[in-house]
Amino acid sequence: MALRGDWVYENNGGTCVAIAGSDYCVIAADTRLSVGYSIYTRDYSKICKLADKCVLATSGFQGDMKALQKNLAARHLIYQHQHNKQMGCPVMAQHLSNTLYYKRFFPYYTFNILGGLDSDGKGCVFTYDAVGSYERVGYSAQGTGAGLIIPVLDNQLKSPSPLLLPAKDAVTPLSEVEAVDLLKDVFASATERDIYTGDKVEIVVINASGIRQELMELRKD
Amino acid sequence: MAKASVDARTKGGFSFDLYQRNEMLLKKGLQLPKFRKTGTTIVGLVFQDGVILGADTRATEGPIVADKNCEKIHYIAPNIYCCGAGTAADTEAVTDMISSQLQLHRYATGRESRVVTALTLLKSHLFGYQGHVSAALVLGGVDVTGPHLHTVYPHGSADTLPFATMGSGSLAAMAVFESKFREGLTKDEGIKLVSEAICSGIFNDLGSGSNVDVCVITKGQTEYLRNHQLPNPRTYTSTRGYNFTKGHTEVLTTKVTPLKSKKQAAEVDAMEE
Repeated sequence: MALRGDWVYENNGGTCVAIAGSDYCVIAADTRLSVGYSIYTRDYSKICKLADKCVLATSGFQGDMKALQKNLAARHLIYQHQHNKQMGCPVMAQHLSNTLYYKRFFPYYTFNILGGLDSDGKGCVFTYDAVGSYERVGYSAQGTGAGLIIPVLDNQLKSPSPLLLPAKDAVTPLSEVEAVDLLKDVFASATERDIYTGDKVEIVVINASGIRQELMELRKD
Repeated sequence: MAKASVDARTKGGFSFDLYQRNEMLLKKGLQLPKFRKTGTTIVGLVFQDGVILGADTRATEGPIVADKNCEKIHYIAPNIYCCGAGTAADTEAVTDMISSQLQLHRYATGRESRVVTALTLLKSHLFGYQGHVSAALVLGGVDVTGPHLHTVYPHGSADTLPFATMGSGSLAAMAVFESKFREGLTKDEGIKLVSEAICSGIFNDLGSGSNVDVCVITKGQTEYLRNHQLPNPRTYTSTRGYNFTKGHTEVLTTKVTPLKSKKQAAEVDAMEE
């Protein structure tokens, strides 16, 4: 809906959610790509594996998402050549923040969630705004359905603030199976009320044994 | 008292009394309240014995679904029904109003209402409001002169058609109609085609969704098939369920105000019947 001749962005809709556990991290995103009242495709992955234990989910303008993913993947390769190891999740988190702020005056129209395992093997979730402000949290949601999902997660998971002293663990006491079940239910609920969320949800689970992916059907209307 | 005892007789037309105030408010940055639009797919077609109307059941407020199962096929007369797209309040109000006017007309004439009567009433009402009543309608019915199907636009124009679609999903539905419609369909074929067109809107248009409502109007009989199809069941329900224990949501302050004790009512005799 470009009212100005110079409006270069588009919102392709969709929702991303991530939950951090004591030894796992689940990230999920729906697979619908839409514009205005139309659907471009029902089968679009918003999740990108950046490193061994680090996965990025992005909602917003998918053109910028693709560009951002390419950028991060390229920089990760350089890092691997220079440091002879993969980027850890907190490292990637800071790097993503820098990459986003670099374009402070012509931003990536992307709302990101970074999920993975930190150096202790604990689940971590980092949530971002469009220009790189980020925070480590126990769970997060971004995108068109975020407003419907976050209140439910707040009630069920209740992550303590990272500013509290003594530092409280941000991870949820839920088991991996319970967290995936909660995610599925929460996506099904968001699909009922948000027109931009639906079709399928791609759920990625990262734990010590690696990365596992599953797809679940959602309402297609 | 030197008060003007008779108000000036209200003349027809628009009143511009609030014009200056509204302009001032807009300049100050007032946002006009948003209307709830139905973002809809509505269709109608003429088949061999009458007309069939169809509609989806989703009402949206911007990107949010406000009602998952609303009724968009409105009653106008026992033999005339009307699907409405646009602002929900407008379609509801305008169809209710014309329905009442037609009932009074039936009492006055002693005859069954005609579709063209409803059409003329709708047209003149919408034209008078110069498009501000945002109602886009598919009006269909069967009367003594035969089956009729019309589309009515918010500014007050109308078309007479063998098949019609309106709303944000109209293109998706029209694609189905243009490809599969032919004159002289049977009732089952007509219902199937209408359902297909609405489903096309439901799945391909984000403003439409949920269920299919169908209304079959023939000479002497009307069948309102509410939720004729339910192609969108919820895909997942957690078996664990939700626990809303105290403490999950932080309580910041608690204030308890005891209600005043009720005064004793004086003894009174009961009213005589």
